Amino acid sequence: MNGTEARLARIRGRALAKTHNARTIAALASNPGCARRAVMDAAGVDKPRIAAYAGFPAPFGQSRFALARGNAFEAQVKANGAAELLTLLREHLGLPIPQAHYDDLGEVGGNPSLDLRHARTKALLARAAASRGDAGTMFDHPLLRLQVGGRYAFLEPDLIAFQLHGRFHVVEIKSFAVIDGQADGDKVAAAAIQSAVYVLALRDALAEQHIPAEAVSHETILVCPKDFSSRPAAAAIDVRKQLTVLRRQLSRIARIDDLLDLLPAGLTFDLDPDGEGVPRRSPADLAAAIRQVDAAYVPECLSTCEMCYFCREEARGCTAALGRAAREELGGVEHVATVLRLAGAAGTPGAPGGTVASGTAGTPDAPDLAEAAELLRRAARLRAEALHTDAPRAGTPGREAG
Amino acid sequence: MSTLTSLARAVAVAAGTAQRTCTVRHVHVGARPLVFVPLALAGEAGAPLAAMAGADPQAPTLLVVAEPRDRDQRFAFAADLAAVVLRYVEGYLAAEEDTPGREQATRYADAPQLLVPNPAGIAFTRLLGRSTRFRRTEGPYAVPASVPLLGRWLTFFAERAESPASSLMLAATDMLAAHWATGQSPVEDLNLGALLGWIDPPPGMSGAQAAAMAEDPVRCPPAGPATDPTFDNEVLDQRMLAVRTARLAGDGRAYERARAALAEALATQLRPTWALMWRAVALLRGLPGGEHVRARWDADKDAFTWHARHVAAGGPPQPRRDGAVAAARRLAGLERVQEMVAAQRAFDDPLVMAEHRLAGEAFAGTVTAAEPDRVDRGGPRAVLRPRITVETGDEPRADRGATFTSPARPGQQARIVAVTAAGGRTRIVLELRGGMGRSLTPQPGSVPAVGESVSYAAFGDGYQPAPAFPAPEDTPWTHGGPPAPYVPSDEEAREDWS
Repeated sequence: MNGTEARLARIRGRALAKTHNARTIAALASNPGCARRAVMDAAGVDKPRIAAYAGFPAPFGQSRFALARGNAFEAQVKANGAAELLTLLREHLGLPIPQAHYDDLGEVGGNPSLDLRHARTKALLARAAASRGDAGTMFDHPLLRLQVGGRYAFLEPDLIAFQLHGRFHVVEIKSFAVIDGQADGDKVAAAAIQSAVYVLALRDALAEQHIPAEAVSHETILVCPKDFSSRPAAAAIDVRKQLTVLRRQLSRIARIDDLLDLLPAGLTFDLDPDGEGVPRRSPADLAAAIRQVDAAYVPECLSTCEMCYFCREEARGCTAALGRAAREELGGVEHVATVLRLAGAAGTPGAPGGTVASGTAGTPDAPDLAEAAELLRRAARLRAEALHTDAPRAGTPGREAG
Repeated sequence: MSTLTSLARAVAVAAGTAQRTCTVRHVHVGARPLVFVPLALAGEAGAPLAAMAGADPQAPTLLVVAEPRDRDQRFAFAADLAAVVLRYVEGYLAAEEDTPGREQATRYADAPQLLVPNPAGIAFTRLLGRSTRFRRTEGPYAVPASVPLLGRWLTFFAERAESPASSLMLAATDMLAAHWATGQSPVEDLNLGALLGWIDPPPGMSGAQAAAMAEDPVRCPPAGPATDPTFDNEVLDQRMLAVRTARLAGDGRAYERARAALAEALATQLRPTWALMWRAVALLRGLPGGEHVRARWDADKDAFTWHARHVAAGGPPQPRRDGAVAAARRLAGLERVQEMVAAQRAFDDPLVMAEHRLAGEAFAGTVTAAEPDRVDRGGPRAVLRPRITVETGDEPRADRGATFTSPARPGQQARIVAVTAAGGRTRIVLELRGGMGRSLTPQPGSVPAVGESVSYAAFGDGYQPAPAFPAPEDTPWTHGGPPAPYVPSDEEAREDWS
């Protein structure tokens, strides 16, 4: 165990390390500037548990109806040696039918050990890449791994299809519907970045066997239910952009030492469990430890990070908590109190001087305060003027039908 | 969003309650809107689970689907919803009004209005319309005639909701967030309970506290269509199972009991949102309507009349996808309408105009000099061209020769003749044309007088005429050629909904 690993282990404490999956790795890309998230993820901290113990349980839950639907759809698509999927892939990849093997890598000779499965996946993938045969192959339950912050995370893509022209395609099966050729953009984006994680892991696995990265296509296949039915439809997604983002983010996490150097040596998120595993640490003490690591809260965290409520509470009074756009429009000034002070409390209705000047007055704030101050003063003056003069052409309630 | 609304957010943080970002209401709120609060089953595409609907706040209709994955029950839900929605829509097919000088001599005197909690509610309505409007009333998988008709109306409402000028279908969170700035982010404003908490907190509570309370799904269930996952796992699943078990056992009384228990559980999730919806309606009614709101609602009445007559005349349902010409026309229309609404909002509302002033697209000031009787004899014919000088503290991007328009005199063009600095202020000389009568002396009041407060914007409030598009049958080959005429197909009618 090297120094970094020992350090991360101390931060994690006695809790078991949470392993990454494609979803959590994909989420790393959503807020790259956040040191708190980077450190917690690199150390394998159980974020939901820590957030809940500190008094801010994560607002995420998954409905069992959604889970059941997802599992049922995947099972249906893969049933009978992935018969339905084969039909779809034939259309999309020109896979020659019926020459298609179906290899289930879910276990190796009855042994579901992760390391064994990973070794077998690598061996079979390499053999497929080297084979001169004319059969396509589908690998179900392959097990890949990807290095995240110095440790390996095991990943299970839904399926990998291999075709004789020498290319592997990652297949992602999702249960959200594609209606009249259109699907929810956010969900497609999430699926694309998850697929990109698998592409990266697959390329890593093949690189060990000296197989070039081009063997894995940057076009992944997304399989979704069509319209209101449960019949599958497939679409190709180009994930080159997502690959670039992920690579940059992973290399940043690999340099976790830089972040750790800024933290106090004794920092830990250990809950101090007694013999029965009941935590003894005080929540306030844990919260204080969390605050040692800087966060970069933005409202988008509310849908991606388990720590979001903790960080939001901490960010109260910051313009970033109002959204990225608001912060920019307020001249990049960091604190709401500073904004109001610069805007001139007198001209700002609803914010008497006392409220405004309290708190963070004098905080070193945005780089160019003079420019921001000028903008905010003008905005405040215009707002006050508009609120206090009669609307020149505002209709009266009687003039408009509604 | 603008610096002005973001500043209002900052003020809201300090004040603890939401701040107005408009001085008038920019949407139409009907006398009897139909409020529709749908819930969908998680994981399914447009599978209705329950809904509360109605135009009377005291008497909502509760609709429940005991087994959302059962095709027949979905259509039964659609038929029940159709009974509510179609009866409401038909109530507007009685009174007509004259539209002098228009192609259609009359239109309906008022139009229905559909209100849902949030943008996801609009998306769900669109899906529900899509999944029902192609159904057939005879042959295999026949459904009651009301089901495809409901689908066509829901599609109509959802399509109108895309237009920023239309008030036929609105999401409550959109309406409220367009008129108030909260001390939270736009992401959090999508939660109707939290948004209303900021705008209208209960006595003794700050907006921030009320919003925090509204985020607790136990106290304030989500406004749909997505349900609270904990409710799904801990309540809904068991109650649905009880209905299924009783049905399979053939126990009629147990089945009724289980159904009633399921309906009650779903009602607990819907009632709070139902109440929030009517609070939102009341808050918006409390604002005076903007001047242009009525003209935009008239256009809504035209659209409603057109669609109602199209349906009555036996016209086909809306296609799955627009053809090339229809899509281009729709896109161009949306762009024009967006500009038009932005300009009209500014003309109706000094607080919105202030955003344009801050951006340099408008200015306001006082008239310091005026030549109301100035006549330009340079051309072939003498024309009335009064000039005024306006002194402003704003910093407009006003170039010589640019044309500005004043909300007070929208029919008059003001061309910039000279811009000079005067201390810390700016003096702008404007030459006026139009809106002053036909003679060489302006009608009284048509030229701003010295001392008058005026404002001018670099845009007018007029509707730009639509660019010319070919008829669908003349679609160029670059765009796929003329589309095949719409023929309802069996495939569409039989499409799975499972």
